Amino acid sequence: MTKLLRPEQLGKLRQRISASRPKDTIISISCGTCGQARGALKVAQAFKEAIKGLGKKISIKVTGCHGFCEAEPSVIIFPEEIFYRNLKPEDAKRIVKSTLDGKIVDDLIFKEDGNSFIYMSEIPFYRKQMRILTGNHPHINPMNVEDYIALGGYKALAKALWMSPEEIIGEIKCSGLRGRGGAGFPMGRKWEITRAQKNNIKYLICNADEGDPGAYMDRSLLEGNPHSVIEGMMIGAYAIGAGEGWVYVRNEYPLAVKHVTTAIKQARELGLLGENILGSGFSFDIKVAKGAGAFVCGEETALIASIEGKRGLPRQRPLFPAQHGLFGKPTNINNVETLANVPIIIEKGADWFSGIGTKTSKGTKIFSLVGKVQNTGLVEVPMGITLREVIFDIGGALGSSKVKAVQIGGPSGGCIPQELFHLPVDYESLTGVGAIMGSGGMIVMDENTCAVDIARYFTNFLQEESCGNCSICREGTQRMYEILTGITEGRGKEEDLHLLEELGGIIKDVSLCGLGQTAPNPVLSTLRYFKDEYNAHIKEEKCHAGVCKAFIQYMIGFKKCTGCGLCKKNCPQMAIEGELKKQHSILQNKCIRCGICYDMCTFDAVVKKTGGKKCLK
Amino acid sequence: MPKITIDGIDFDAPNNWTILDVAKFLGLEIPTLCYDEGLTTWGGCRLCIVEIGTGERAKLVSSCTYSVEEGLVVRIATKRVVKARKMILELLIAQCPTSKVLQDMAAKMGLDRVRFKPKWENCVYCGLCVRMCEEQMMAKSIGFINRGNKLKITTPFDLTSEECRRCGGCMYICPACTLRCEGPEPENVLCGRCYNELQPTCLDTYETYSCWMGLKGECGTCEIEESEKKKEGS
Repeated sequence: MTKLLRPEQLGKLRQRISASRPKDTIISISCGTCGQARGALKVAQAFKEAIKGLGKKISIKVTGCHGFCEAEPSVIIFPEEIFYRNLKPEDAKRIVKSTLDGKIVDDLIFKEDGNSFIYMSEIPFYRKQMRILTGNHPHINPMNVEDYIALGGYKALAKALWMSPEEIIGEIKCSGLRGRGGAGFPMGRKWEITRAQKNNIKYLICNADEGDPGAYMDRSLLEGNPHSVIEGMMIGAYAIGAGEGWVYVRNEYPLAVKHVTTAIKQARELGLLGENILGSGFSFDIKVAKGAGAFVCGEETALIASIEGKRGLPRQRPLFPAQHGLFGKPTNINNVETLANVPIIIEKGADWFSGIGTKTSKGTKIFSLVGKVQNTGLVEVPMGITLREVIFDIGGALGSSKVKAVQIGGPSGGCIPQELFHLPVDYESLTGVGAIMGSGGMIVMDENTCAVDIARYFTNFLQEESCGNCSICREGTQRMYEILTGITEGRGKEEDLHLLEELGGIIKDVSLCGLGQTAPNPVLSTLRYFKDEYNAHIKEEKCHAGVCKAFIQYMIGFKKCTGCGLCKKNCPQMAIEGELKKQHSILQNKCIRCGICYDMCTFDAVVKKTGGKKCLK
Repeated sequence: MPKITIDGIDFDAPNNWTILDVAKFLGLEIPTLCYDEGLTTWGGCRLCIVEIGTGERAKLVSSCTYSVEEGLVVRIATKRVVKARKMILELLIAQCPTSKVLQDMAAKMGLDRVRFKPKWENCVYCGLCVRMCEEQMMAKSIGFINRGNKLKITTPFDLTSEECRRCGGCMYICPACTLRCEGPEPENVLCGRCYNELQPTCLDTYETYSCWMGLKGECGTCEIEESEKKKEGS
């Protein structure tokens, strides 16, 4: 590739790429990590074989994640935007054939509630979304910089390099963009503070250490469109005066590491990274640092320590990283999603961006919608959309009566009950009800999810991931876990709830870093909204969701049992007795509540009961 | 020199001082555990927390790591602070009930219950030994491994370290393993409170006496004190 020395050359390159592009049908295959796990690579291979000999009529594009995890492996056929879901390698030939004939393969299109949807834009999952960050994913092969340039990539950079840094910061400030990593600090202010530091050497770090269970927005962006993040970093670096950037990405994301490393290499080859970028006199380069998967390293100061090769421990602020950061120099740290927003704001203008969202929260936010919904996946929605719209309209939750709550913001977030689903999604309203925006995990829970058990799950995660530096966070999370385990195993006492509340409040108050300060959120928010469930565990010895094994019993109903013996055969404890074709029964003293008989029974004869005496000793 | 107010006292603090430095200078008492004058500050035990700021923006910070800044308002023993300190101490004592330093502190603060199941560990992860080894003994032979509930202080790969010169600096400074309190009984993790009943404290005054054994009244120190009092009275 020849190096681009002037902005005009970038424009010419874009024209040249566009002219050489095939105008015919393109089959775009979603091959992010999630797609690959469900066999997307095999599907892609089958498609490649299926189009052999067809010349330029159909081309294949292996792209990052399209967002609709439930439908993986999925393809979108452009230009019509026909969407096929849950494909197997043998479907490839049929799709290619019918596409050539201009027909639709009926059994592979998306169906919901008896309706069929042919086109991507019609599908309820996509219809209510506003995909300004993720929308380009189906058009981009992340291993190929030309795809990004053809879609107008690096246009914003060429524009920004001829603006003054103050103008850029002003534009970002006007746009109202706030950090997407969790705290929601205004991006423009952050850049301004770093810009104001008097130091020749400054750094910009892209924080891609995404550690929340069930959240994968940053991974998807880095996998699907790494150049947009790099472009955002370059604009940011120019604005704050940084000469070197780092991408701190966890090593558990091998595909993201591969894509971002390749993207940096390609940008360097094009002269978009390096000395004197596009003849503007601005020099910048990016390095990749791989994290070892500690949740706490997503915290700014711990992340810096980790890049420096030290133990990933947070430290006291002030001094802030903007004053004393990486290697003692002023450092600006931004989240992947925040940086990906930057080129769009520069290109389309702050007014356009600030037109989206609410008064205090602007733009869009990507959520990973998982749990008890039909359509799990990455959803990008404008700020201010209500939780109900996200969960029921996009996620397609199963009937409004069954959904109990949603956990927002990962392990440090909180549970929001169904009664509050009218709330708009923005920083302030989520914080107001005890949750946080966090990085954007959204776990939907229904009646079969026990609030105490979910609090226990997240607290377990946090007691393992606490760095252990602060006594209160290390010991406090361990003790909360101990108490919660006691409650779920039937050893709960009434005073435990007071102790949990008191301990939670103090952990929040005293901890040094954001991890500790938000660690009690899952416990405190479930205590706030689902205290009756805690009480049911302690006082009535019941678990209404039927999750906590200490409080449930499996029984075989007299009327429904046909005596087929399936349960007896599969019981690992030999706890079921009964003769063939006669009523079976469960020996409660042998039963370990594994639930295999419950899942196995084809006649619904096995029933789960809660309450009464404690079952497990 | 930033002007700060600490418990109502106005003070011009030198630039590089921390809140704890100021408090020590003024003779105000802030309990500490992981702090030592000869070592870098750590901020891990959180016992030295103080409340700064006013109104809704008031927050708790560790005084040993927080540098003074212009206009800082510090309160070192508000209800919020004391409640939090007691909870931290309760957690630490439940972790390591045999630490004399912690038991004395509990007596001094009036901590009268421990609601958690004792772990009977021998370490509170204050990191004093690690810093001692690195900064004063220049050996770097021990360090932290793992995190969260698996955190541990040990030599690299749990093997006898070639860097270690057996100087004993780590043991000298350890608040948990050198001074043992043998008072705590399994039923009540808090010890016999010798500290409380022997005024002034055995930690500050009688630390070389044997009352740290937890033998309430048996070591004789308190009797000496009482007889001295009687003499003064008569």
